[in-house]
Amino acid sequence: MSEREVLESLRENARYSTADIARMTDLDESEVDAVIEELEDAGVICGYQPVVDWDKLEDERVRAEVELNVRLDRETGYGDIAERLARFPQVTALRLVSGDYDFDMEVEGDSIREVSQFVSEKVAPVPEITQTVTHYVMTSYKENGIELGNGDEDDRLSFSP
Amino acid sequence: MTIELSERVKTVPPSGIRRFFEIAEERDDVISLGVGEPDFSTPWAARDAAIASLEQGKTSYTANRGKRELRDAISTYVSDRFDLEYDPDEQIIVTAGASEAVDLAFRALVDPGETVAIAQPAYISYEPGVIFAGGEVLSVPTSKGDDFRLTVGALEEAGAADADLLVLCYPNNPTGAIMREDDLEPIAAFAREHGLTVLSDEIYAELTYDGEHVSIATLPGMRERTVVFNGFSKAHAMTGLRLGYALGPTDVIGAMNRIHQYTMLSAPTTAQYAALEALESCHDDVREMVDQYDRRRRFVLSRFREIGMDVFEAKGAFYCFPEVPAGVSATEFAEEVLHEQGVAVVPGDVFGEGGTGHLRVSYATGLEELREALARIETFVEEND
Repeated sequence: MSEREVLESLRENARYSTADIARMTDLDESEVDAVIEELEDAGVICGYQPVVDWDKLEDERVRAEVELNVRLDRETGYGDIAERLARFPQVTALRLVSGDYDFDMEVEGDSIREVSQFVSEKVAPVPEITQTVTHYVMTSYKENGIELGNGDEDDRLSFSP
Repeated sequence: MTIELSERVKTVPPSGIRRFFEIAEERDDVISLGVGEPDFSTPWAARDAAIASLEQGKTSYTANRGKRELRDAISTYVSDRFDLEYDPDEQIIVTAGASEAVDLAFRALVDPGETVAIAQPAYISYEPGVIFAGGEVLSVPTSKGDDFRLTVGALEEAGAADADLLVLCYPNNPTGAIMREDDLEPIAAFAREHGLTVLSDEIYAELTYDGEHVSIATLPGMRERTVVFNGFSKAHAMTGLRLGYALGPTDVIGAMNRIHQYTMLSAPTTAQYAALEALESCHDDVREMVDQYDRRRRFVLSRFREIGMDVFEAKGAFYCFPEVPAGVSATEFAEEVLHEQGVAVVPGDVFGEGGTGHLRVSYATGLEELREALARIETFVEEND
């Protein structure tokens, strides 16, 4: 249960201090540290990243969702294809999905040209890939469970009974 | 020309919270821990139901007692959650917030000169409600020594044996105290022995963090002498939709309905559709909100202890109740921490006897704001040590 509580707190905000998580969970700080270490060692926690609203930055950052269809043979499984694609630094997420296509791949680059070139020159030529469909992200409203934008003002009365 | 106001209105002073509100409004950097309402939005399913009802033009009055489907749903909900069995035809009334239900009960049950015992500190509207109904208030203070639970000793000491009604609010606003079954049994015996009718405000019942809420109406011989209040403001984050309800004996609910039908006619129709959906499909939303309140509760309690302020171990609602340092009154502390640090808290005195020397601190606010507010309180305490 404490594992779950610590994880929930970190998912809410990975920058909560050990002391804050200890306060929220009634654990000692050393216990919180131990739980986090166990979760990291077990590969449950794979990393920590900020949730970024790229629209707020002047630097252009282009992101795309790419649908991939693949054809398997006796020697090549989904895992093999995924391993090859995941190594590209441009690929920020890769998932095998059910439905009309096989892989859902997220790609990032500094320009539309860079992302397009990556898909056409690095991804499409992979022999098992039979089709790619690229969707450029126009605006992001929510990332990792966090709504982007300015957020609502708290318009409740300062005092209420 | 001066129009003479009624004596009853003149008797009731302005709310003790009002003055603080005006101070807080003057500055824009205030973090408010003075709010008695959730910071969450009403669950989407409930909002959708309200919107759909408007789109379909369902904006006419409903039955005085509330929509039949909603009363059915309330009957099922209170039975499943709290073992409260009430007939939706005759023993449930839907009101414009639980506050209206409380007011109706006072007006239906209190004759001029009758005495209403109130376990205090308590929600600030009970006392004026009794006075508006022509009754007299008997304060029954609870204390930190008793974990702010009402005891028979406190009732006897206050002379509550001669009272006509007894008002309870557990989980409690402002202390966050709860009453377990063992605590309620002697209170129920006292009420039976002395013929007291009990008004039990259980609006925070879902926000019980340690075990399950127990209603005094479920104890032997209490169902026929208790009116239970609940509503959708707190657990379902629907404060502005103004929807509550009362459960009670047929004749009492009938009498409350008689007043209600001449004053409010019926509770807001749009809100009734939202409430129906809330009861049918928003259990997970409630669970998620309660979990978050619980994490914040533990955080705030822990921080007050680190700051060196004694704080009561609140087990319900979304308030905690720290003690102000010796030598300063709660009102002074609240005013100065608002002026100097821009943190709004409510002095416990405004909630009646037993609240003196304490602050009501609401944690119905995001953790980032709580963390900053507690840091400012810590600075304030250190600078004024």
